[in-house]
Amino acid sequence: MSWMFLRDLLSGVNKYSTGIGRIWLAVIFIFRLLVYMVAAEHVWKDEQKEFECNIRQPGCENMCFDYFFPISQVRLWALQLIMVSTPSLLVVLHVAYREGREKKHKKKLYVSPGAMDGGLWYTYLISLIVKTVFEIGFLVLFYKLYDGFSVPYLVKCDLKPCPNTVDCFISKPTEKTIFILFLVITSCLCIVLNFTELSFLVLKCFVKCCLQQYSKKPTSSMCECHNLTNVECGEIGDPPLLHKQNSGLATSTAQ
Amino acid sequence: MDWGTLHTFVGGVNKHSTSIGKVWITVIFIFRVMILVVAAQEVWGDEQEDFVCNTLQPGCKNVCYDHFFPVSHIRLWALQLIFVSTPALLVAMHVTYYRHETTRKFRRGEKRNEFKDIEDIKKQKVRIEGSLWWTYTSSIFFRIIFEAAFMYVFYFLYNGYHLPWVLKCGIDPCPNLVDCFISRPTEKTVFTIFMISASVICMLLNVAELCYLLLKVCFRRSKRAKTQRNHPNHTLKESKQNEMNELISDSGQNAITGFPS
Repeated sequence: MSWMFLRDLLSGVNKYSTGIGRIWLAVIFIFRLLVYMVAAEHVWKDEQKEFECNIRQPGCENMCFDYFFPISQVRLWALQLIMVSTPSLLVVLHVAYREGREKKHKKKLYVSPGAMDGGLWYTYLISLIVKTVFEIGFLVLFYKLYDGFSVPYLVKCDLKPCPNTVDCFISKPTEKTIFILFLVITSCLCIVLNFTELSFLVLKCFVKCCLQQYSKKPTSSMCECHNLTNVECGEIGDPPLLHKQNSGLATSTAQ
Repeated sequence: MDWGTLHTFVGGVNKHSTSIGKVWITVIFIFRVMILVVAAQEVWGDEQEDFVCNTLQPGCKNVCYDHFFPVSHIRLWALQLIFVSTPALLVAMHVTYYRHETTRKFRRGEKRNEFKDIEDIKKQKVRIEGSLWWTYTSSIFFRIIFEAAFMYVFYFLYNGYHLPWVLKCGIDPCPNLVDCFISRPTEKTVFTIFMISASVICMLLNVAELCYLLLKVCFRRSKRAKTQRNHPNHTLKESKQNEMNELISDSGQNAITGFPS
């Protein structure tokens, strides 16, 4: 089990995403996962060995390191990557569920199991919201745990068994600060992409609903609505509201 | 996730690139990524462990190392390679978008005479013309900017491309001006010069590709203008015949046709 496993899982999300979703995946893979694996992991490799306090008292260095780094920045980065990537799997699971239903009933229940309509539209929206919440949550956690996004070169520590306030020196603070800033910038970029995609989906749905409301003629019947739905089902961002009107058709209401 | 995945991403752009672009991708992955992974990472592997200062003062070594190496060479090269490779993804995204649109039009029955089926659309090599020309040219431009920027950052951070064997450091908590010794300075200098040379070659290839694209477009435009001036009545038929001839003669070289609309 390694990052390749996550990469393979997420590659499957690509075909059910919008254009902005694909850009988000590319940013995650290249600017976050790849940078983490080929560069960031090595910067924090010897963090405890090279953490040095100006004291010979045994145990003082250990206590101080544990106090200032309750969880290593690089591990928090890895956790953030995992938590932020996994909501996308909800979409893959939903599509797999739809395909399973079609196989079970041995007939075509959906125009296409991967088409973003009906319940899948909601699932996609929820996954976007959860991803954004995780991103913001981890950034806030980072800020609170380490008092900002920069790593100082020196910290003062007076925990037992240190006999007095000692100077403790962190290894490679500048390089660590640069990578943490890189992480913050890419997280913010991903948050912006998520908000953009969210707005795009909601707006598209809203516009389609309004257009369909206005384009309805006064004498239109329920049959015309059914026909419209059948034609438009395959497109991304289809208004889910429309499907509530078509209780008679299995294609539009199966979720 | 590793360099192999980046190679898969960028390699997919290969078939839509010009010949110079293909050479560039080869140079990037063989002379830079491979050298970074198999050699440079070993050389820099023990850089902080073997960075030794002539003092027993705790913290002095850490502070001096951080002052002289704010970002390790290896990490800077890794970032440089990532940034320089990613503009190629713009081209990949554009091609995917173009294929998606063509498939949609095909499903509506609009391009049935051009393609036999959807598989045909996916297999077809997309020509670098129209808006794709602009995307491709912008990606080359960004590559050049990133290469130059990283080379400048390197020069600025390390005062040149040569690593000295001893550095003098007097930063607090060092009690006085101490001598600090870098591990393997000659080997590191050799690899630094190698990587910088490879960057320079890549930059030259990008500049050559940009010039090639611009010249080809200007040449075609002037040729078309000349044809229209000399034979205004037979313009349409002859220019079409000329284009077909050029297409046939350039078909092995990923010819650039037309002018961006």
